[in-house]
Amino acid sequence: MTTPEAISDAIRAFIVENFLFGDTSQDLGDDVSLIEADLVDSTGILELVAFVEERWGIAVKDADIVPANFDSIGRIAAFVGKRAGLSQAA
Amino acid sequence: MRVEQFLHHSAAHAPAKTALVAGATRLSYAECAQKSAALAATLQHLGVKRDDRVLVFMDNAAEAALAIFAVLEAGATFSPINASTKADKLAYIVGNCRPRAILTQKKLAPIATEASAGKDIALLVAGTPEWEAALAETVPVAPHGGIDSDLAMLIYTSGSTGRPKGVMMTHRNIDAASASITTYLENTPDDIILNVAPLAFDYGLYQLLMAVRLGATLVLEKSFAFPAAIFETMRREKVTGFPLVPTMAAMILQMRDLVPGALPDLRYITNTAAALPEEHIQRLRALFPGARLYSMYGLTECKRCTWLPPTELDRRAGSVGIAIPNTEAYVAADDGAPVAAGVIGELVIRGPHVMQGYWENPTATAERLRPGRNPWEKVLFTGDLFYADAEGFLYFVGRKDDIIKTRGEKVAPKEVEAVLHAHPGIAEAVVVGVPDPVLGQAVKAIVVRTDPALGEGDVIRHCARALEDFMVPKAVEFRTELPKTDTGKVSRRLAAASLEFT
Repeated sequence: MTTPEAISDAIRAFIVENFLFGDTSQDLGDDVSLIEADLVDSTGILELVAFVEERWGIAVKDADIVPANFDSIGRIAAFVGKRAGLSQAA
Repeated sequence: MRVEQFLHHSAAHAPAKTALVAGATRLSYAECAQKSAALAATLQHLGVKRDDRVLVFMDNAAEAALAIFAVLEAGATFSPINASTKADKLAYIVGNCRPRAILTQKKLAPIATEASAGKDIALLVAGTPEWEAALAETVPVAPHGGIDSDLAMLIYTSGSTGRPKGVMMTHRNIDAASASITTYLENTPDDIILNVAPLAFDYGLYQLLMAVRLGATLVLEKSFAFPAAIFETMRREKVTGFPLVPTMAAMILQMRDLVPGALPDLRYITNTAAALPEEHIQRLRALFPGARLYSMYGLTECKRCTWLPPTELDRRAGSVGIAIPNTEAYVAADDGAPVAAGVIGELVIRGPHVMQGYWENPTATAERLRPGRNPWEKVLFTGDLFYADAEGFLYFVGRKDDIIKTRGEKVAPKEVEAVLHAHPGIAEAVVVGVPDPVLGQAVKAIVVRTDPALGEGDVIRHCARALEDFMVPKAVEFRTELPKTDTGKVSRRLAAASLEFT
């Protein structure tokens, strides 16, 4: 269910829907910096965090909301995979 | 004093001191002076002469800071352009001020190229071998003969007519404004200022200019998207000064794990662009007990108008204070005469920080700059409605025009409406600001469509292709007709009023 690809696809769909308003012409590769490429604005990251928390039932701390975890689809997917995995194991 | 002399003086006093931290880049004052002089010599070689305009079209990178000082060093006038500006608008600005060169960065170079197509404009792109060669130039800058009455910058601002206007500021204007602001903030060379506001926005730009004037350190960041990461940088760099806009304050107050005293070195916080809600003021003070909080108000046309001394915050949290040092601010009736305390009128500003006018736009200039106290001077009519209390403290009431303030930036509804009207599926549109807890105001479009298949996403996407990020509507409402006045004119005021009941 929560394969890395499925997580990436869900995040990509959320970004297209909420930040690009359905525009699928932009490069949304796993490694593209969401901020540097202007895909998500500064207040948008918080919306992404809220989406991740609700969709995968993860509690995200302030210290987690850093570029290493949230500045690309690949990084968000890795973060979700790690945290969702932890909560299942617990 | 000319603005590039700020850099000369600081480099002479403390050459080894860190002037700029931007990501992984750290530059000393000596390095900044050397690199901007080298870039200035290159600009001269490319044909840039005294009083020529040069656009600096970059995000908040170290290269942007070097570019700004290089343009001044060459005797020319810089115009900082927001990095999210699209090609059409940039082409308008290019046509308006006819720059001799554009300094930009790789990701923006295609837009700069498109906007300057067919024109004799030199393009220099940061990060390319040409740029590196420019920074290594050893030919000295040729004397240009410029003095501080010359134009230092043209800073474009949204106007109610829908077309951006270039605010003309001389070196002397910037010298006066930066001297005044650093006085009331009690800045010293020991200050370390963190800036995330765009350098194309005068609030962000002045953090650079003031830091260099003081010989202080500027930590430059591109975005506030990751507040926790910014706070980590602030702790590491021992940041003492933190300029905010209300949207950033709202984002900080949404953080969950922040404890009071998290930034122990912080000496002051400033806020401008729009008022902070009083509740946010109290919560910020609780989170940063060691920092003084300055509420300020200003507009690009004079940089800054007023400041509230932090000691007054408890008594008049809703006030933006008094005139900044060496300037006057008063509330005036339509005829320009000062009104009594408690009476609402237009705020008028007098002083050496007031702009010279709008670039090649005498009509718009005459609306804002009008005869003042003495026959030889003009004073600035701000277009903002204020009143003063019995002790002279000023309170913002509203704007005389329809300008929307969102995320600290000005949006002219007409500029957004012009883009909406260009869509073939839209018959009529009106744009208003609606209250938003984070953005202050959010841009909302009310649209009458001729194409029934047109959706909210289509409209927003269309706008995003033509407008800077902050101008793009956050919401679109479709209606069968727009609110009109008795004379049949589409009314933005009635449109806004109609939303309050929905």
